[in-house]
Formats: sequence, structure tokens, C-alpha cells
Amino acid sequence: MKKNKNNPLIKFDRITKTYITGPVKYQALKGIDIEIYRGEFIAIIGHSGSGKSTTMNLMGALDSPTSGNYFLKGKNISHYNQDELAEIRNKEIGFIFQSYNLLPRTTVLKNVERPMLYAGYPEEERKKRAIEMLKAVGLADKASNLSNHISGGQIQRVAIARALTMNPSILLADEPTGNLDTKTAHQVMKFLVQLNKKGSTIILITHEDDIAVFANRIIKITDGLIESHDYKLKTTSFIT
Amino acid sequence: MIDIKELTILALEELKGNIARTTLTMLGIVIGIGSVITIMSLGEGSTQSIVDQISTFGTNVITVFPGKARRGPGMSGGTFDTLVKQDATAILELPNIEAVSGIVSGQKTLVFEENSVSSSVNGVEYDYAQIQSLEFSQGDFLNENDIYSMTRNVVLGDEIVEELFGEEAFVVGERVRIDRKTFKIVGIIKDSSSAIVPISTAQKILFGHDHYSSISVRVIDNQIMEQTLTNIENLLLKQHKISNPDNADFYLRSPQQMIESMSNVTGILTTVLSGIAAISLLVGGIGIMNIMLVTVTERTKDIGLLKAIGAKRKDILSQFLIESLVLTLVGGVLGVVIGTVLTYFVSTAMSIPFVVSLKSILLAVGVSATVGLLFGFYPAKKASELNPIDALRYE
Ligand SMILES: Nc1ncnc2c1ncn2[C@@H]1O[C@H](COP(=O)(O)OP(=O)(O)OP(=O)(O)O)[C@@H](O)[C@H]1O
Ligand SMILES: [Mg+2]
Repeated sequence: MKKNKNNPLIKFDRITKTYITGPVKYQALKGIDIEIYRGEFIAIIGHSGSGKSTTMNLMGALDSPTSGNYFLKGKNISHYNQDELAEIRNKEIGFIFQSYNLLPRTTVLKNVERPMLYAGYPEEERKKRAIEMLKAVGLADKASNLSNHISGGQIQRVAIARALTMNPSILLADEPTGNLDTKTAHQVMKFLVQLNKKGSTIILITHEDDIAVFANRIIKITDGLIESHDYKLKTTSFIT
Repeated sequence: MIDIKELTILALEELKGNIARTTLTMLGIVIGIGSVITIMSLGEGSTQSIVDQISTFGTNVITVFPGKARRGPGMSGGTFDTLVKQDATAILELPNIEAVSGIVSGQKTLVFEENSVSSSVNGVEYDYAQIQSLEFSQGDFLNENDIYSMTRNVVLGDEIVEELFGEEAFVVGERVRIDRKTFKIVGIIKDSSSAIVPISTAQKILFGHDHYSSISVRVIDNQIMEQTLTNIENLLLKQHKISNPDNADFYLRSPQQMIESMSNVTGILTTVLSGIAAISLLVGGIGIMNIMLVTVTERTKDIGLLKAIGAKRKDILSQFLIESLVLTLVGGVLGVVIGTVLTYFVSTAMSIPFVVSLKSILLAVGVSATVGLLFGFYPAKKASELNPIDALRYE
């Protein structure tokens, strides 16, 4: 793995995030610095409520920080508006969520095509590329199935296919295996490892050690602060 | 850069996904548009039917009635005795007049054996047949000799014949009784429900007076109808020695005027009924808005997901707008179809011409699109402004 210290893909500079719900203010992130480089496979771990999803939402340009600066590919996107962020998400980021990854009443193919629809790709190209991506995850034969008629592991693979269609800089996965049995979870993880080997930058959120173990580097968050930038798991018996 | 075609396909998929709800929501629009189409088409059909009827009198025919002009499509002359033979003779001398016939008419009962029918009986002059372009299915019109020698010959409308003798009867030469006086049938007029006798017979034998119930005038060129009407009016004012036209003891009706006043009546009726139908469209529109709001709430997570993969506000806005547009447009088209079918049956039953105006179809499509956009806008706007984080967290 080659690191270019001068050019992080993602740079968090004293990021804080405070949620305001009515009169209640809650500071979920208390000023964190993170640098992630092209080609890394990062796992972010931490206890429930520690701020993992908050971190991922900021990295994924789904939300803006309360203070601090977020540099994505060197550009400060902390103050982008909703539509500018939508553009960033469309072009730079591929999401894989724990659940509700696909639109239920739509076919697998249309789900995969969707980011390209928003990018303004013509119909032919959308279809061609979506099928290519489905082939890559081994699900080309499910293209015309309704997405609520395929299994959980297949749903996650379709989500990966969709995340890859726009050739994003980063794949962001929040507990992507949380709803899968161990065997299927490991299949999905192996798939992500392969993608990483081919050059994709992957950021994975998990609280399971046997999932985190697939990453090259583990960032541990505790109570809205970074506890470790390169956390070593205590038990390493799961390494395959 | 919004792919309308794809958004339409996606909208159809969503609407198909919840077919029961889609159908019920659309029903409001279907009923609204359907009734607008039906009412407007029937209005147009009955106007046309009236126009057709009046046109059969001939667009070159002016009728002079005695008495004061009344508003609306009045036809009966009442009991005025102000129109006389001299008036008819004088009118004939005017330019652009082809023929004139005095008419003495009233309601009488016609009897044949056991059957009787009440109908209007008109005593007319020889030129009447030509003035009114009468067509005969049997026999012929009264001859010139009949007119002034009080012969008891009669020409019957085919509708009277049907009542008295039954369908397809050949009746020329048969006799009917009018006021217990026997008349010989010499001809049958197509599409008519009145009886025609010589004017002298009507004056002396049937009604007992000489003054005219009306005068029928045929003009040569109907392009100068207005001028001719003015000429007749001035002439009769002079004949009757009346200086102020407001005191005229006669009035004129041209076919154009009749068509206009009839069209006014049906026009007002159509407008009122269309207004009521429009209210049902409004209710349909509110139904659409309500359902679209429910849909947006139900699909909050979808919207979050779509925003996560790059949908901008305009993408979400246009998706939901197109969905409500498709909903109302499909409803509108169904409404047009149902309205057309309904119009067909009703106009057949009412025996008026079956017309579905292009105007009403365009209006229906325009209105349903407007309803869709108008009532779909607020829910779509709401959807487009959802925050992706909140939408994704929504349970
Ligand atoms: N949109 C929000 N509004 C208010 N509070 C929030 C919001 N999102 C998260 N929080 C709060 O911020 C804290 C951190 O939440 P976050 O979702 O980042 O935790 P997490 O590490 O992902 O936890 P888990 O492992 O349970 O998913 C929690 O206490 C949570 O209740
Ligand atoms: Mg979380």
C-alpha cells in the first residue's frame, strides 16, 4: 500500500457535530481529525452511540459538520449546500447501508441504474453499465427481478454494484453485513477485499471484530473522539 | 437534463405497485372529467340539434309575428290581429324578397276512425311549400286552385300520419276530420308534425278570422339579411302608421336570431352544469394532494436513499410531480373515454346528434394536467426538501 502523506483523499480537520433536537443539544463528535488515503481499507469501530454513523454521514457528504473542515480530494466541502452535496455523493461516493439499500417496487437493474439517471447518462449507457456492474457482483441473471424478491446477501451485492457504477473515489459501508448470517457476511467481505485490491478505497463501519479484521487499518471512536487511528484487535484468530 | 421518459416509467411502476389506491385516487378525476365531457358534449349536441331543426326551416326564411316581441325563443303569435293580407302583399314588393305567404294557424284535433291527434293546423298560401322547402313522401302540395277556393284538402306531416294511420300507411285520398269537417289528404310532408290547409279554408271554415298568425318570407340572398329585416320593419311600421319602433305591433324572427337565442339558453345551462362538474374536479384534486402527501411520508426512506445516491431537489420534485401528473392524466383520459361512452348513450336516448367536441377533450386534458401539477406541487416540494439524514433515519 502506497501512502501519499501530502494528499489525503479524506481529511477531517477538528470536525464537530452537534445535534439539536428541540431544546436538547447533543455533541456527537467533539473535534476529530482523520486522514484517509487512496487505496486504503478502513474500518471504523466503536461502541453503540460513540459517533460512528455520524462520522460516516459527514464523510459521505450526507450532512455538514457543525464546525471544522472537511477536505475531500483537497476541496473543502464543509459549507456546500444540499444540491452541491448531492452532486458530490453522486460522483465521489458509493453507499452501502445496513438495510433499506434498494427501492422495493423497482427492478434490480433500475436500482443500479439510478445514480447514473441523476448524473444525466443516456438510457443506453445506463443499462449497459448497470449490467456490467451486476456481472461484476455475479447477479446479472437477477437484473429484471424486483428487488424485494432477492435474498439479503444478494441485496448487499446489488448495493455494491450500484455503489460502483459511478466509479466513486470512496465506498462507504455502514454495517453492511449487520443483517447477514456469518457465511454470507464473509462472502460479502471477501468481495470488498477484492475490490480494495483492485484499487477501491473502502471505509467500513462495524462493531464486529471479525468484520473489522478484513480492513488494513482500524479507527476506533469513543464518545465522539478518536481513541486510536490504527487500532489493533486483541483477538486475531479470525484472520483468513 | 431530467429524463422525463424514465421518470414517467418510474412513476407508472410506483402507481402500479399500489393499484387499489391508484384506482381510487384516480376515480375523483375520472368522475370529474367524465361529467365535464358529458355535459359539454350534450350541450353542444343539443345546440346542434336545435340549429339543425331551425335550419330545416331554411336559413333564408324570415317570419313576421303579430304583437310585441318577447324575449327568448317565442313562436306563437297569441291573439293579435295586427297582421293582414296587405302587409304580406307589401312585403313582396320589397327588394330581395323571393316569396311571401300569410299563415293562419291554430291547434286542432284531427280524427281518423278511432284515432285522434291534436296538432297545429296552418292555413297557407301556395308559395309556402317553396318558402319552407317542404319535401313530400307521398302525394303533393295543395294546388293553386285550392288556396283561394276553400277546398277541403289537407297536407299532413308524416308524424300525424303515423299516429292516425300507423307506420308506412299509404293515405293519399283518405279522409280525416278536423273540427268535424271532412278533409281529403293530398300529400304527406317529411319530418313534420303539422297539418296544412288552404288559407281560405282556414280563415273561413276552421278559425273564422282573416288576420294572419304569422307571415313567412323567403329572401333571395341571405348575405343581406340584416338590410332586408330593416326594410320589412320600416315598411310594416309605415303600413301600421307607427312612428316609434318601440310601439311596433309585430316582430321579426330570422333563423340566425332563433339559433342565437336557443344557443344562449343551452350555453348558460352548459356553463352552470360545467361549474358543478368543475367542483368535483376540485375535490378530485384535493384527493390527489392527500394521497401524494401520504405517499411522500410512506416513501421517506426511499427519498433518503435516492438523495444519498445523488438525487438533487429538482430530481425528487420532478419525480413526484410526474407521478401526480401521470395519475391525473391517466384519470383524465379514462374520464374522456367514459364521458364519451356516456354521451353516446344519452344523446342516442335523447335523439340529439352525438358530438364530442375536441374543445372539451383538450380542456379535459388541460384541466387534469393542471390539477395534477397544482395539487401535486406541495407534496412534491415537501419531498424534495427532506434532509437525507432524517429521511434515512425515518422509521
Ligand atoms: N439525527 C440525530 N439527531 C439527534 N441525535 C442523533 C442523531 N443522529 C445520531 N444522534 C445521536 O448521536 C449519538 C451518536 O450517534 P451515531 O449514530 O453516530 O452512533 P453510532 O456509533 O453509529 O451507534 P450505533 O452503533 O448504535 O449505530 C447517539 O447518541 C445518537 O443518539
Ligand atoms: Mg450507527
